[in-house]
Amino acid sequence: MSTEKRPDSAPGRARDRSSGTIATYTAGLGLALALTAGSFLVGKTGLFWPPGLPVGLAVLAIAQMGVHLVFFLHISTGADNTNNVLALAFGVLIVSLVVGGSLWIMMHLNANMMPAAAAAEMMH
Amino acid sequence: MSNASTDGELIGMPALETPGEIAGPGAQGPASVEIVVAYGFWIFLLSDIIMFSALFASYAVLSGETAGGPTGRELFDLRRAAIETLCLLFSSYACGLGSLAIDRRRLRAFYPCAALTFLLGATFLGLEITEFAGMVAAGAGPTRSAFLSAFFALVGLHGVHVSIGLIWLVFMVAQVAAQGPRDYVLRRLHCFSLFWHALDIIWIALLTLVYLMGSHS
Amino acid sequence: MGKLSWSVIPWDQPLPMTASLMLAIAGCAILVVITRKRLWPYLWQEWFTSVDHKRVGVMYVILSLVMLLRGFTDAIMMRTQQALAAGAAQGYLPPEHYDQIFSAHGTIMIFFMAMPFMVGLMNFVVPLQLGIRDVAFPVLNSVSFWLTAAGALLVNMSLVIGEFAKTGWLPYPPLSELQFSPGVGVDYYLWALQISGVGALLSGINLVTTILKTRAPGMTYMRMPVFCWTALASNLLIVAAFPLLTATLAMLLLDRYVGMHFFTNTGGGNAMLFFNLIWAWGHPEVYILILPAFGIFSEVIGTFSAKTIFGYRSMVLATMAICILSFMVWLHHFFTMGAGADVNGFFGMMTMIIAVPTGVKMFNWLFTLYRGRIRFEVPMLWALGFMVTFVIGGLTGVLLAVPPADFVLHNSLFLVAHFHNVLIGGVLFGGMAGYNYWFPKAFGFTLDRRLGLCSFWCWLVGFYVAFMPLYALGLLGMTRRLQHYDDLSWRPYLICAAVGAVVILLGIIAQVAQLIVSIRTRASRRDLSGDPWDGRTLEWSTASPPPSYNYAVLPQITGRDAFWAAKHGQAGEPPLALGPAPGVDGAPRQPVEVPNNSPNGFVTAFFAVVMGFALVWHIWWMAILGSACAVVTLLVFGWVPRAAIEKSA
Repeated sequence: MSTEKRPDSAPGRARDRSSGTIATYTAGLGLALALTAGSFLVGKTGLFWPPGLPVGLAVLAIAQMGVHLVFFLHISTGADNTNNVLALAFGVLIVSLVVGGSLWIMMHLNANMMPAAAAAEMMH
Repeated sequence: MSNASTDGELIGMPALETPGEIAGPGAQGPASVEIVVAYGFWIFLLSDIIMFSALFASYAVLSGETAGGPTGRELFDLRRAAIETLCLLFSSYACGLGSLAIDRRRLRAFYPCAALTFLLGATFLGLEITEFAGMVAAGAGPTRSAFLSAFFALVGLHGVHVSIGLIWLVFMVAQVAAQGPRDYVLRRLHCFSLFWHALDIIWIALLTLVYLMGSHS
Repeated sequence: MGKLSWSVIPWDQPLPMTASLMLAIAGCAILVVITRKRLWPYLWQEWFTSVDHKRVGVMYVILSLVMLLRGFTDAIMMRTQQALAAGAAQGYLPPEHYDQIFSAHGTIMIFFMAMPFMVGLMNFVVPLQLGIRDVAFPVLNSVSFWLTAAGALLVNMSLVIGEFAKTGWLPYPPLSELQFSPGVGVDYYLWALQISGVGALLSGINLVTTILKTRAPGMTYMRMPVFCWTALASNLLIVAAFPLLTATLAMLLLDRYVGMHFFTNTGGGNAMLFFNLIWAWGHPEVYILILPAFGIFSEVIGTFSAKTIFGYRSMVLATMAICILSFMVWLHHFFTMGAGADVNGFFGMMTMIIAVPTGVKMFNWLFTLYRGRIRFEVPMLWALGFMVTFVIGGLTGVLLAVPPADFVLHNSLFLVAHFHNVLIGGVLFGGMAGYNYWFPKAFGFTLDRRLGLCSFWCWLVGFYVAFMPLYALGLLGMTRRLQHYDDLSWRPYLICAAVGAVVILLGIIAQVAQLIVSIRTRASRRDLSGDPWDGRTLEWSTASPPPSYNYAVLPQITGRDAFWAAKHGQAGEPPLALGPAPGVDGAPRQPVEVPNNSPNGFVTAFFAVVMGFALVWHIWWMAILGSACAVVTLLVFGWVPRAAIEKSA
């Protein structure tokens, strides 16, 4: 009974150490095109509720990034990809903390503190 | 137990003999060179994305600070942004096809794919440079306001990465032509494709945050 | 030649001229000795172009110890100045000079002493502890070291050619903008850190990949030594945080060189953004420094208590918790900037929470000591000193984590005392413990014990005498970075602090003496067994120093503390088979591939220095030439990878 665990996949490679198939890439291309078109059109048509526009764009962007990760970079949830996904998740966590944290902090600072230009004016 | 590692081969590990032993993660010994190189590059890419996130955060904070100068709404040309997006997307696609070709050692298919990747990437860059030049000429250069500084730095950094990628691609094609699809050449081409796809992912974020949201706010 | 001219050398300032003269004489003397003894080929072949992680690690530590001397000189100058400059007295350092000294002190100690010390120890030890031959990317390792050295060189060049930054170890705008700092000082700082920052990032990527992907067969995550876990956490933080430093300093560079408006007062810039981003790097940075130190202490305490570390699993969880939490506390460095109660409250709470996993570790160390057979060797003393000192420093940190308290104490000497408490008590003591612990492994002979004890006690006593008064002064209202003060009641405390600095100086002298004496008497102190401390982890199974390939055959790991199990066996498990011993002459029985040397690192760093210097002085043609050469170096060395050489019996 062999208890050898299947080796991990390199990031960007499918489990069989290949780079996928033409079908995978073409499917990814098609989905990405659709999502891109959606992003551009979402603002143009009046159908979208304006205050929800940023959220809608963000969702479309995240979906597109997902398409790239799955179809072009062959990221999967298989056991062979765990290390790659964990690294990605770590990166996403840090980006969220930095961007989200910075926005929250700077919003409060800007609300409470005098703008630099006005402060410089006061010095004269 | 031989441990002389040859290029690209897994270091052999004898099957564990103790019954019921759980071979947890990493129990097979050092991974193959291919995996190690790709994983190291993956970590580098994540660090690069974090560097971009600092600039994204700055852009988000400073996007309203136009200091009386032009705003994004006035400056951004969505048609050009759409063409740039398509260029990069198809460039990624070509890069993917190129990876497939080189995997199967089909150099006849690889070279055209690489050329297409390059051309589309260069077109993207050309469009971006004309955009920057136009903005500078119209007095909306990076020194005009904090918003424009952030814009030029963020989009410019992406452009610098694309430029580096193009130089790298030329170097790689030259290596393939001169040395053939050797193992280390293939590993580097794989890293290049990771890099190129990641740049497209970053562009999606750029397009959305800067151009699309900037035009609609 | 840009802004460069003969007048930028501070001919009229005796202090930097004397210092530079002494440095020049010392440097020339070293060069003459090396040339006389015909050591250049040896140094080039065996050290400068080496990609062996052990050699690179040693060079990192040598760099850090040399920079410790420079940084400490700055420190003792500051202490004496503050002891003197009370009331009518002005001391001997004019303000613009004093400002450069405290800026250089912080910059050097953090970036060119503490970082290289920890990175060097991790470089040396981690592959040995993981049972492998080298890090994942040996040539990249060499490049990382030399880029760090390049940054250190640029900082030291500023001593005689121009000036250094006067803006502190973090160059806050708007003071650091061109309008208020038109000189070259801030530029020296920025380019030195950008160059060495690239080195640090590459090193982080290297070690993360090594630990995650290249462990010896059978070494699952939960069988790794604790030091490897802390090294993993620290290097993950390097990978995550250093890009933020690079980006933020780049924005400041763009402001200064191109006239952009990220942080300026005009054009819509926002200086507070700099604080936010730089501390989003800055806080993880201090955890990057302390986590390897925690790992060193885990190894040392385990070895010198003859017990396996208590609570391995909780140690691992605590380490990874600290890793993640360190990215959630950074605002506590600028509570007073005005983000308001909600934001301050959140980050204050997170700061207090991050103390919990550190406390868990502290208790685990205590329980390791309990009922252990304790040997008071020099590394163990450093560890015991750390446990007491770091707890005090941590407590003052938790005190500062309370925003209303911080409003009173921010930027006072209380803060200075706190961070020196944790940095010296934690990072420096950890470095010294690791240095004494692994020196025999690296060089084949132990360090003199008596001088080691002497240096420890001088450092410990000196630290308390120097920094405890600063806590009191902070509470009395003295702010940091004062070149002169009018409140004479502060003077006794500052004199006491200066005395403490002198005691530390004695400790440093003892360490230099320890090294010299140990080298002189090394024949009587040879480590023939490879295991002078009765260690528990794999590095002690190799010869001292280990052969370049470390292990002829990668060991098969079946449990934690693999080497201890091999020596003494574990209940129910067979003793670990570490493979056949190397041949009598040290050569492996089977051919082993070892990566070839590479001048890549040295050459790249050389061009980096040229480029950095040229950019500082606005010598544009030289900057373009330097960077072009660096790129060409990359391409030339990348064209054909150097073959590995085989070492065979």
